[in-house]
Amino acid sequence: MPELLVISGKGGTGKTSLTAAFAHLAREAVLCDLDVDAPDLHILLAPEIEAREDFISGHEAVIDPAACTGCGQCAERCRFGAVVAEGAGCRVDPLKCEGCKVCVHFCPAGAIAFPARRCGEWYRSRTRFGPLVHARLLPGAENSGRLVALLREKARELARSAGYRLILADGAPGIGCPVISSLSGVDAAVVVTEPTPSGIHDLERVIGLCRHFRVPAGVIVNKADLAPENTASLKSWAAANGIACLGELGYDDRFTAAMIRRQAVTECGDDGPAAELRRIWDRIQEWVTRQARAA
Amino acid sequence: MIVAVASGKGGTGKTTVASCLAWVWKGPVLAVDLDVEEPNLHLFLKPRLDGRRPATLEVPIADEARCTFCGACADLCQFKAITVLGSVLLAFPEMCHGCGGCIAVCPQGALAPGSRELGEVLWGHAGGGRIGFCMGRLRVGEALSPPLMRAVIAQARELALPAGADVVIDAPPGTSCPAIQAVSPADLIVLVTEPTPFGFHDFRLAHEAFLPLGKPMAVVVNRAGLGGEDLHGYCRRENLPILAEIPLDRRIARAYAKGDVVAAALTDLHALFERLADRIRGVADAPRPLPEAAPHA
Repeated sequence: MPELLVISGKGGTGKTSLTAAFAHLAREAVLCDLDVDAPDLHILLAPEIEAREDFISGHEAVIDPAACTGCGQCAERCRFGAVVAEGAGCRVDPLKCEGCKVCVHFCPAGAIAFPARRCGEWYRSRTRFGPLVHARLLPGAENSGRLVALLREKARELARSAGYRLILADGAPGIGCPVISSLSGVDAAVVVTEPTPSGIHDLERVIGLCRHFRVPAGVIVNKADLAPENTASLKSWAAANGIACLGELGYDDRFTAAMIRRQAVTECGDDGPAAELRRIWDRIQEWVTRQARAA
Repeated sequence: MIVAVASGKGGTGKTTVASCLAWVWKGPVLAVDLDVEEPNLHLFLKPRLDGRRPATLEVPIADEARCTFCGACADLCQFKAITVLGSVLLAFPEMCHGCGGCIAVCPQGALAPGSRELGEVLWGHAGGGRIGFCMGRLRVGEALSPPLMRAVIAQARELALPAGADVVIDAPPGTSCPAIQAVSPADLIVLVTEPTPFGFHDFRLAHEAFLPLGKPMAVVVNRAGLGGEDLHGYCRRENLPILAEIPLDRRIARAYAKGDVVAAALTDLHALFERLADRIRGVADAPRPLPEAAPHA
C-alpha cells in the first residue's frame, strides 16, 4: 500500500487543490490532511465526521499562586522566557511554555503543577472520495509534529483494516517540524511548485529535505505559463538533479472557480486543467508504484 | 514601531507586502525575514550581506566516565533526548529542545553543554543602504525553528535600536508556535489574505490565534475581486480595519515572478503601498480602545 505525500515548500502553490483532484481521481485512497495548523482540504471534501478525539500531547507548567513564594528560580531556569512576574509571585505564559518540566523539578516550594496538555483534536470522517483523517491544532499550540505522526498512524490503521490501496496526504508548507514528521516513511513526495524566485528557492530546500530523509520526490510545476523562462530553468534543474518532472499546469481561473463551488477542479469538467490533471495522475500512479517497489 | 506581516495561509502575499512596505517606508527601516524554514524576502530585496553567524542550541554532551547511570536526566527529559539503558547513557541531540534540565539535574556533573547548529542568522542592507536587512535560515533537516527565530529577533533588535529604525517582519504561514513567535514582538499585526475559501478560512484561524496576544491587527486584501467570500463583513464585525486592497493583476504576478519588488516595478503599486505605510503608522499611533469603554453619556 503506497503512501504518497503532497508538499511544496512555499505555501499557496496549489497543494490542496491538486490533492483534492487526485483524491477524486484515485477513489480507493485513505485521505489525510497533515497541514494541521491551517488545514484546508476539508473545505473541498465536506467531511462527515464519524469520530472525534482530543489530541493530548506533552504537559504544561502551571504555578499555584497560593504556594508560590516568589523566589524567582523558575524564571531564572526557564530557557523559553515563559515565566513572567505577577504580583508577588510568578505566572507561566502557556504560549511560551515548552513543557520541559525544568521549573516544576526545581521549584523549592513545589508550587508548580504539570498537567497534560490538550493541543487540539483529530477526526476520522467520511467524504465522497473516501475516508479522511484530519485534525485541528489549537491556535499557537506545540507538538504539530506529534499530531502529524498520530494522523499518519491512524491513516495506516484505517488503510490496513479496510483494505485501501493508497494513502494520499496533503502536507504543510515549510521544511520544519510538521513537514519532517509527514515525510518519515512515505514512499514518495509530490512537490507542487511555481516558476517564481520563491517557488524555486523553496523547492530546492524541500527537495533537500526529501533527500535528507531518503524520500523520492517528483515535481509538478503549477502556473507554469506565469514565467516560461523560469519554468524552463526549473525543469532543467530537476532533470540535472534526477528529480522526476510529473507535469505542468498553466495558470487557470477554473481552480478558484472550483474552490468556490467546494469541488475538486476535476469534478467541474473534463477539459483544461482537469484533462491535464488526469494525465498527471496516471503518471504519478505509475511513478509511485515504481518507487514503492524499489523501496 | 514593529509591524509583523502574517497570514495563516501561505502564498497570500506576505513577502510581497513586506518587501514593498520596506521599500516605500519613510525613515530608517529594518526588514526582518522570520520565515526561517522558507525565507524569501532576500530574493526580492536582494540585500548586500554585512555579516552572518550560526545559531545554535545548547544540547548535552555526556561524559560516561562520570555517569553513575542514576537516570535522573532521562526522568526529567520530556523530549526523549537522553536515556539510560543499564550502564549505557545515550543522548539524542537532534531530539533536544535545549531546556538545560539534564545538565542542571545531573548529580555527578556528567553532562556538559554542547551545541547543535540550527541554522544561521544573516544581516545586511538593501535599497542602496536605505533598508536594513536581517533573516534566519533553518538548516535543512532541522525541525526546531523557534529558537532560531529568537536568535534572529535578538539580532534584529541589535540592528534596529541604535539606528532608531522601524521594523517590518515577514512572518511564516500557519497558526502554530512559529507564527506566534514571529508576531509576538510586533506593535501591529498586518494580516494579508485573499478572498478565496482557503484564504478566508486560514485568515480567520490566524486572527483567532493572534487574538490572545492582545495586539492591534489590521488587514490587507490581496487579489481583491477573486473568490467572493464575505471578508468585508467579517472584518467589520471583528473591528479589523482593511488598510489596502491589492487588485488581482497579472502585472503584479509577473513582476513577482521576475523577482522585482512590486512597488519598485509598478508606479501605481508604489502609491498604493505608500498609502498603506501611512495608514499603518496611523493605526499604530492611534490610542488603543480601553478593554471596557464607558458608555456614552
